[in-house]
Amino acid sequence: MEAIITVSHVQKRFKQQVVLEDVSLNVTAGTIYALLGANGAGKSTLLKIMTGLLAGDQGQVTINQLPVTENLLQVQRLFSFSAQAATVDDVLSGYENLVLIARLRHVGQPKAAAKALLKQFDLLQAKDKRVADYSGGMRRRLDLAMSLVGDPEILFLDEPTTGLDPTSREALWRTIQTLKAQGKTIFLTTQYLEEADQLADNIGFLRDGQIVATGTPAAMKRLAGTDQLELLFATAALCQQARLVLDEFKPKMVDTTGLSMPLTEMVQTTSAVLTALAAADCPPVTFKVVTPTLDDVFRKLTKAVS
Amino acid sequence: MLKDTFTLAGRLIKHNLRSPDTIITVVLMPIMILLMMVYLFGGSMKIAGVAHGDYINYVLPGILLITIASGAAYTAMRINVDKTSGMFDRFKSLPISKVSVLGGQALASVSFMLISTGIVLLVGVLIGFRSSASVGAWVLVGLLLIGFAITITWLSVPFALAASSVDGASAFSYILLLLLFVSSAFVPVTGMPKPLHLFAEHQPMTHVIMTIRQLLAVQNVGNHGWLALLWLAGITLVAYIIGLRLYRRV
Ligand SMILES: Nc1ncnc2c1ncn2[C@@H]1O[C@H](COP(=O)(O)OP(=O)(O)OP(=O)(O)O)[C@@H](O)[C@H]1O
Ligand SMILES: [Mg+2]
Repeated sequence: MEAIITVSHVQKRFKQQVVLEDVSLNVTAGTIYALLGANGAGKSTLLKIMTGLLAGDQGQVTINQLPVTENLLQVQRLFSFSAQAATVDDVLSGYENLVLIARLRHVGQPKAAAKALLKQFDLLQAKDKRVADYSGGMRRRLDLAMSLVGDPEILFLDEPTTGLDPTSREALWRTIQTLKAQGKTIFLTTQYLEEADQLADNIGFLRDGQIVATGTPAAMKRLAGTDQLELLFATAALCQQARLVLDEFKPKMVDTTGLSMPLTEMVQTTSAVLTALAAADCPPVTFKVVTPTLDDVFRKLTKAVS
Repeated sequence: MLKDTFTLAGRLIKHNLRSPDTIITVVLMPIMILLMMVYLFGGSMKIAGVAHGDYINYVLPGILLITIASGAAYTAMRINVDKTSGMFDRFKSLPISKVSVLGGQALASVSFMLISTGIVLLVGVLIGFRSSASVGAWVLVGLLLIGFAITITWLSVPFALAASSVDGASAFSYILLLLLFVSSAFVPVTGMPKPLHLFAEHQPMTHVIMTIRQLLAVQNVGNHGWLALLWLAGITLVAYIIGLRLYRRV
């Protein structure tokens, strides 16, 4: 498989703060790569270096075999970049925003291109509204539409779904999958493991200025572990009793009054556990499902790597 | 590249048409100063060589420059907004020449400045400004005003890019206004205290004002013309280089 984007040994520091220590990665043409990282991990910084907006201190980025810094105009024709905050012109309408970008990208028929994208992103009704009056989700959609003007081969998306409600998020996921089906290469950043899992062919974890783990979503999930069901009991005695009743679910003690067990099937396991406890007459005070957080994953991954 | 510059300037002109209050704000202050100078102080001003009632002819060139200088506040504001809102990042990631983005800003800025200058000039004529200058002299005045607008526009670029907020960006136009007050805009420099006099006599604003004033009064321009041009060209060049360098980094 051919790598359309390569990042090798990129380093970046702001004054004393080392943000990217040594980052290398490859993206195969026609795939989705998700860069996962917590707040401040340096995702946006890496993206800016990859798109030539920011100069790295060391290392090289190539797109289509061309070093980005030396061939900026050439590689810029191949990609587009959606920044973390939707950068749309508030004073103009959605239609005018798209026409503006189409003109600047020297698209043959700017107006027709703009209309087609408005339709594709379900913005035709709000076409002539000022963008200042758009909702957050509409701004995001417009932002993505602006990135698709001129049909670039590669898309860089910085946290495309942050701030969207679940419905809009899923709609955007579908759009991104459609773009992949059309053969585009997509490089996106996200803080959500779930999002990377849904979309990506490959995931890279950025932490402490390095890619600490990389692989397919399936491999990442194996490392992350499963959800846990946590039960809290009124007394230690009840908790002990429950532990015996739930033996087959492999419970572990949490403090003296709590139990925790792996949740293999969300609904079935939970209802089986609660039924068994009710039958044995030791109901829990409360229960909750604990999903491994990005931090848990990071901790496991850093351990697995070292 | 020129096409992109026009496209980007067109965007800003659309902005301005949608909030016409900015144009009104820009022309309002110079007009107020003009009215104040002419009707409040003009009667008691005695300037050698200026006939009573002719004070408006004396003061108008400075007022035109004040109009351009107060327009610079909005130029800086527009540039700063595009920087902080990330629009510059969007434009920078497009396959267009990097000069065209600032070029679009500059083109829009100079156009707005000239429109407001035209409005203020019209008000001046309405309240009694008269000149018997030839068409050629008027063309020279027009060109000099365009040159001044270009200089002030590029001068606002580094300030706008370096400022961390919109307020900071537009504050630099106060420096320009201050320079205009410490020039021959309202009174001859000879009446000023010695250090101020020396400064006022040699600073660029005075040369530009004197050139316009003498041209419109059909008088000899002397060295003011060349000095004005030299100053404007020098300032523009330095500001352009610094501005472009800052733009690459933000
Ligand atoms: N221009 C800059 N000057 C100084 N420090 C910066 C600059 N840009 C980023 N940083 C610092 O670099 C670090 C990484 O920032 P970056 O925006 O790349 O993180 P991120 O992973 O995108 O975070 P988030 O998820 O919050 O968007 C932060 O500590 C930030 O303060
Ligand atoms: Mg970021």
